[in-house]
Amino acid sequence: MSFPMTVVVAVKALGRNAMRTALTALGMIIGVAAVIVMVAIGNGARASIERQIRSAGSNVVMVNAGSGGFGPARQGQGAVTTLTDADAAAIRERVAGVRYISPALNTRTQIIAASANWNTLVQGTSEQLVDIRSWPLEYGAFFDASAVRSAAKVAVLGSVARDQLFGAGIDPTGATVRINNQPFRVIGVLTRKGQGAFGQDQDDTAFVPYTTVQKRLLGVTHVSGITISAEDGVPLERVAAGTADVLRERHRLSGGEEDDFMVRTQEEMTSMLTSTTTTMTYLLAGIAAVSLIVGGIGIMNIMLVSVTERTREIGLRLSVGARDVDVLTQFLVEAVVLSLAGGALGILLGGAVSYAVTALLQWPASVTPQSIALSAGVAAGTGVFFGFYPARKAAALDPIEALRYE
Amino acid sequence: MSAAPLISVRALTKTYDLGETQVRALRGVTLDIMPSEFVTLTGPSGSGKSTFLHLIGCLDRPSSGEYLLAGQHVAALDTRRLAGVRNRQIGFVFQGFNLLPRTTALENVELPLLYAGGVPARERRERAAAALAAVGLGDRVRHHPNQLSGGQQQRVAIARALVNRPRLLLADEPTGNLDTRTSIEVMGIFQRLNESQGLTIVLVTHEADMAEYGTRTIAFRDGLVRSDVPVVRRRTAAHELERVAGDAEAA
Ligand SMILES: Nc1ncnc2c1ncn2[C@@H]1O[C@H](COP(=O)(O)OP(=O)(O)OP(=O)(O)O)[C@@H](O)[C@H]1O
Ligand SMILES: [Mg+2]
Repeated sequence: MSFPMTVVVAVKALGRNAMRTALTALGMIIGVAAVIVMVAIGNGARASIERQIRSAGSNVVMVNAGSGGFGPARQGQGAVTTLTDADAAAIRERVAGVRYISPALNTRTQIIAASANWNTLVQGTSEQLVDIRSWPLEYGAFFDASAVRSAAKVAVLGSVARDQLFGAGIDPTGATVRINNQPFRVIGVLTRKGQGAFGQDQDDTAFVPYTTVQKRLLGVTHVSGITISAEDGVPLERVAAGTADVLRERHRLSGGEEDDFMVRTQEEMTSMLTSTTTTMTYLLAGIAAVSLIVGGIGIMNIMLVSVTERTREIGLRLSVGARDVDVLTQFLVEAVVLSLAGGALGILLGGAVSYAVTALLQWPASVTPQSIALSAGVAAGTGVFFGFYPARKAAALDPIEALRYE
Repeated sequence: MSAAPLISVRALTKTYDLGETQVRALRGVTLDIMPSEFVTLTGPSGSGKSTFLHLIGCLDRPSSGEYLLAGQHVAALDTRRLAGVRNRQIGFVFQGFNLLPRTTALENVELPLLYAGGVPARERRERAAAALAAVGLGDRVRHHPNQLSGGQQQRVAIARALVNRPRLLLADEPTGNLDTRTSIEVMGIFQRLNESQGLTIVLVTHEADMAEYGTRTIAFRDGLVRSDVPVVRRRTAAHELERVAGDAEAA
């Protein structure tokens, strides 16, 4: 029998038991939709982490106090006090290829404006942070080096902090806010950067000189991290290695002693984070694959029932000249049509659910052509794999036995 | 007879092995059937008629003995070639019609052509429609089996058996499920095919009068040929139908 005709016959046969076909396909639909959604969620997480790390600045090397964790924002109780701004100055002086550098010391606190107050992350940095992150201003200017030297009480607001304290779109430069009961002058507002991964809002923040955080807000002399941006064309590994050498020497660490700081390049952070999310994606896809297998077993089950029910039909087909391959392909094509139809609907459903996840939960789930191709391939493969046994059973039937079957 | 036989069997046996016991359904049948013969097979239930028909129809293989169909040793053919023989050389009509349910008469008749390979869709439809017209069902092509009477269903099955223009038509109690009048009509179709196209027919029946529509009657008993005689006073369907109609009027 010609192939198109076989497909027509398969579709008709499936149509004869529409309800059963639909229920069997449902297993496949759910399985494929699960794969699509899980992969979309995993991919979305990875994409947004990558985006967030990129938005932290390019060519960036980060140094953290202590020997664990990442990101200059690490702070709080039990913060390690091994890093100082003198370390930053030494790195600036002695490591080749450093373009911008900024110590980091953050605190989460309440900011009080005339008619509102707002709890936000106050980040202490040098004047160069705005260059490291190439972050333009909406109003005013970032603080300068002299403000850092004098531990000036000036603040540059992220757009969300400005919205909360003064109202959306307002230019608050020149206004005074109170942080820790001290008056700070607002000298600028940063442009909107958007949401980072996992709902972390990069714009819900305020920048002040790190010296101000040290002396006026926390009363400490250390910093929690140092952010370095390398000059173009300088390998980040070399800057990272140079930084580590300088710090080990300054911290008088002998050969066997462990680092009391942690140097990471942006690439390392990216790959570390993305490998975590990749593992997560595989895990999710694996769980989803289990439901695909369950769907496949459903197809096998129904095909076996179908072969038994249609034994006489098979006998008749054999008696009018069907070859065993004709019977085999007929049932195989039926299984594949069933699983592919289920797969196609599953892709649509998975796409719709991913869209809903993005729209309702703000989770950037992204359906990729690869995951669609993968699901379609797996669906067809499942059909062939789980359809083969029943089809072979049908093809092995003896014509006269099959005709006699009751 | 000078021409070569279409069917030639020698010492054909068939034994069903049921583990404990063995059923010897055929115990050595030897006979020739010439082209254009209309042979009726009779005999008591269990005498091996259906078994014999299945063997010469290439639906089953003998336990021993030789079978030549049109001079060809069937035993030498693999299952794939046997399927081809069933498709092109043999048409089968069953007592229970064996039509595909929820499928139109036309599609049922088309079925052998689907497996013939290389017959375009249009030609398939035309040939199926022509075969249906030839058995008087030209106006029922779109009907499903459950929308047809028993006689009509059997005529669809005959059209299906003929659509690929076989040389040999095998029928196993084709009138077993039909009333007298419809049975005679169906026998009339067989007679017409046999006379006008020279189609060779082997037909199993256990009704003595049905056996007289053929040209030769072979009686089976206990897996052996008991008698093999030409039909002397052959019935013709046209004549019998008139007679049945006359009886009905008299009553
Ligand atoms: N598949 C089978 N397995 C075991 N025995 C079988 C099988 N088919 C037929 N037989 C036996 O072979 C013998 C011949 O059967 P067959 O069907 O050929 O008889 P028949 O002449 O067609 O009878 P009837 O007129 O009742 O149809 C019977 O005794 C039957 O029980
Ligand atoms: Mg029988």
